Amino acid sequence: MPDLLLELFSEEIPARMQARAADDLKALVSDALKSAGCGFEDAEAWATARRLTLAVKGLPESQPDVTEERKGPRVGAPDKAIEGFLGSVGRTLDQCEIREDKKGQYYAAVIEKKGGPVADVIAAIVPDMMARFPWPKSMRWGSGSLRWVRPLRSILCLFDGKVVPFEIGGIASGAVTYGHRFHAPGAIEVTGLEDYLAKLKYARVMLESATRAKAISSQAGKLAAAAGLDLVEDEALLRENAGLAEWPVVLMGAFDEAFLEVPPEVLTTSMKSHQKCFSLRDPETGKLANRFILVSNLHAEDKGEAIIAGNERVIAARLSDARFFWDQDRKTKLEDLLPQLQQIIFHAKLGTQAERVARLEAISADIAGLIGADAAAAQQAARLCKCDLVTEMVGEFPELQGLMGRYYALEEGLSADVADAMAQHYQPQGPSDAVPEGGVAQAVALADKIDTLVGFWAIDEKPTGSKDPYALRRAALGFIRTVLDRGLRLRLSPVIQFALARLGPTLDRLNEGGERKTLVRAVHDSLLRGDNYLLAFFADRLKVHLRDQGARHDLIDAVFALGGQDDLVLIVKRVEALGAFLDTDDGANLLAGVKRAQNILRIEEKKDGASFDGAPATALFVQDEEKSLAQAIEDVSVRTATATSAEDFEAAMTALAGLRAPVDAFFDAVTVNADDPALRENRLKLLSRIRAATQSVADFSRIES
Amino acid sequence: MSETALPEDSALSPLRSFQGLILTLQRYWASYGCVILQPYDMEVGAGTFHPATTLRSLGPRPWKAAYVQPSRRPADGRYGNNPNRVQHYYQFQVIIKPSPPDLQELYLNSLYAIGIDPEIHDIRFVEDDWESPTLGAWGLGWEVWCDGMEVSQFTYFQQVGGIDCAPVSGELTYGLERLAIYVQGVDNIFDLNFNGLEGDDKITYRDVFQQAEQEYSRFNFEHADTDLLLRHFADAEGECHALIEAGASGDRHEMALPAYDQCIKASHLFNLLDARGVISVTERQSYILRVRDLAKACAEAWLKTEAGGGEGAHA
Repeated sequence: MPDLLLELFSEEIPARMQARAADDLKALVSDALKSAGCGFEDAEAWATARRLTLAVKGLPESQPDVTEERKGPRVGAPDKAIEGFLGSVGRTLDQCEIREDKKGQYYAAVIEKKGGPVADVIAAIVPDMMARFPWPKSMRWGSGSLRWVRPLRSILCLFDGKVVPFEIGGIASGAVTYGHRFHAPGAIEVTGLEDYLAKLKYARVMLESATRAKAISSQAGKLAAAAGLDLVEDEALLRENAGLAEWPVVLMGAFDEAFLEVPPEVLTTSMKSHQKCFSLRDPETGKLANRFILVSNLHAEDKGEAIIAGNERVIAARLSDARFFWDQDRKTKLEDLLPQLQQIIFHAKLGTQAERVARLEAISADIAGLIGADAAAAQQAARLCKCDLVTEMVGEFPELQGLMGRYYALEEGLSADVADAMAQHYQPQGPSDAVPEGGVAQAVALADKIDTLVGFWAIDEKPTGSKDPYALRRAALGFIRTVLDRGLRLRLSPVIQFALARLGPTLDRLNEGGERKTLVRAVHDSLLRGDNYLLAFFADRLKVHLRDQGARHDLIDAVFALGGQDDLVLIVKRVEALGAFLDTDDGANLLAGVKRAQNILRIEEKKDGASFDGAPATALFVQDEEKSLAQAIEDVSVRTATATSAEDFEAAMTALAGLRAPVDAFFDAVTVNADDPALRENRLKLLSRIRAATQSVADFSRIES
Repeated sequence: MSETALPEDSALSPLRSFQGLILTLQRYWASYGCVILQPYDMEVGAGTFHPATTLRSLGPRPWKAAYVQPSRRPADGRYGNNPNRVQHYYQFQVIIKPSPPDLQELYLNSLYAIGIDPEIHDIRFVEDDWESPTLGAWGLGWEVWCDGMEVSQFTYFQQVGGIDCAPVSGELTYGLERLAIYVQGVDNIFDLNFNGLEGDDKITYRDVFQQAEQEYSRFNFEHADTDLLLRHFADAEGECHALIEAGASGDRHEMALPAYDQCIKASHLFNLLDARGVISVTERQSYILRVRDLAKACAEAWLKTEAGGGEGAHA
């Protein structure tokens, strides 16, 4: 079965777009082939800095023949309609079939379409695919109108070893490729996939991204080992380098040891972001070494001497800049940078960073008080935590925000608590990022997140669907994880109230008149109503988080349904205790009993159009099982109430277990729907007491059996 | 290239002198057929501002030009103390419309002409999209790395003054000082040999420019009269709009170039004001938009001139 080989050779494709482009190429061509009826055995795509290549193996030579039946007018329809149909399908009446459906007989034309050569299909689908290729950014060049990521230079398209002829953007397809830009720049004639792969390798092109990455890793590893050092691994940097060289050649350079006095993160970031170089560290001390790894695209005649020398000079200049920033920044105290924060707009409707910092100070102190952290330290940390945004270093390397604040705070002798809070208040940045460790850092981190959430809620910039431009979901999850991982006892409602109160003056100033009043009142009102939609957002994020941790979503629902649940730690404790209880025999049976009670109640309440809430009359109990159930409910209610108010949910569950036997006995021996209406009503009231007794722990009706 | 290659010991070898580097690039691109222009006689922040690039990249007419452009970036001044940063430096600019299919090879050969041998140097095209918010212009291309150092900017213009470029121009911008630092093997811009001579006859970049760097840094950061600059900005803006209006004549425009000069002026005044730190973050955006409006108006006017290929202009 013949193979297709397609190579789109262009000027340098941005590294970050290559992997996606290979996937898109494969998907687009595969789909087009399939919808043209051309199945195949296997398809594979590759990308380098200068080419996208696709191989489709095991295609047919021709499209399959297809039979199509076209429905025509009814038998006996006007002649004009029939003639029109015959004309459109190119048949005479006696070449048509007569078919029958519910409404009667009609004419049908059976048209056999002979499948064309697959080469023709390819010649049609490839240019079409190229014209609508989903590059993140594309361009025109010269006098043409074709859009591609960068100018397209040539197209190789072979099917069954023969050129599939087509033209797009003034480029005709052929059987030619080109090797490495400097090592093998000439045209290379290719006969098929095997030939292509072999010739490219010979022409110093590693077609597969993984091969290039592996080559870089292994060469870098060897160089590091030979120097007695460890490579500082960086997956993203490795991938980027693999996209920048068709034939990676790894070299090692050095820089002046004096630069090592600059924080290691600064050196690593500078070498990485500006020069795409890897750092190395001393395995003994764990400290950065004055060496770096660079990835070139050339087997140089001088074994890379000139390349290393050039890179060393650039690295030296880069690190000088970094050291200059480090020295410059340390001349100014963080406190003295505060006025500059007035120049940075956080959000047009939420004021400047300076205003935000004023809010964070107050909220951090509030929260510190609630979680037993040093409020004064939290306030100081909050005051200074955004100052590093206006330092030279963070201006140059925004990814070092927070971390630089920590270094500068330590340099000027601030306490470790305060310094750590600078670095950690952005944490956690994602589901796998660590949460802040100390109380001061936690207070500022929580304040940072709650101010963001309340602020964007107040100006109605909530996430919708897949759009979350201010990363509010991440902020809520960060808040939740910090509270849960550190076991912080903190009710959400008062914290939201704090944040909203602190935001008031800014909202007043920036959102004058009716708009502001409406906003704040809306938020306040919903808070007071207890259906606060920010709280609901937290509840949703918590559910997602707990589900990711493996908790049953119905148990979470059962706890949330109790209402007034805004202490995250307690919610989780309840969910855990409930889960453990339901795993026991008593739990599972009680759940069945409670559900049975609820079902009966639901049906009977609907039938009567009345509720059976309220206490049953002891005088109307006839059977022992009724009496002992009533007694058990009373005992259990007291015990669960005591246990839940002591936050001992295991004890509450143990107490609940005491209901199982009387409930089972009741259902075994007592007929709820007694003939005597008074007895029936009293028994239904007793059932509703079962529901009420369990309600202090969870809403059992939300639990799936 | 053999006709342009000079012996390495010649004072005019690009390996030995800054001016040799410039002369070599000029000869190289002249031999390709570019018109070699002289710098535009106004203060600009980059070679792109030269009307030979901005305006000539618009409209259907082919165009090939190369020139050195002194570029002023007031905020980059360091009083002549920083080995890498100066507020005045040279760019070598090449603009070719339509971009030829072998532009990358032409560029690589120009590196070869100035002594960068691709057999031992690692030359790379690293993604770098270019955008000039004040010119309403953008393009896609790369920064070109030589052994990790950015030596040129390589851009295919897609839009200028908010107008689609068709055909597309290819623009090459060589950072001359950086390249010279590299090929001469010095670490400090001021140590560059300017004239290629040695001993008493040697003239360095320091001799030519250090005093200017000190003086202009004082001016840019400390003494530029901001009230005056603000007035000049308003004047240039007003004059540009007035010329756009006065030059319009039916389908034609008769004063696109003088109007564009005022746009260049406004842009440089904005840079000076920015360096003096008197423009707040919010104001900054509105200044950029005001300059962009001028650039757009000039670009539209240019298309109605003869060199801009305007149909009305042929009548």
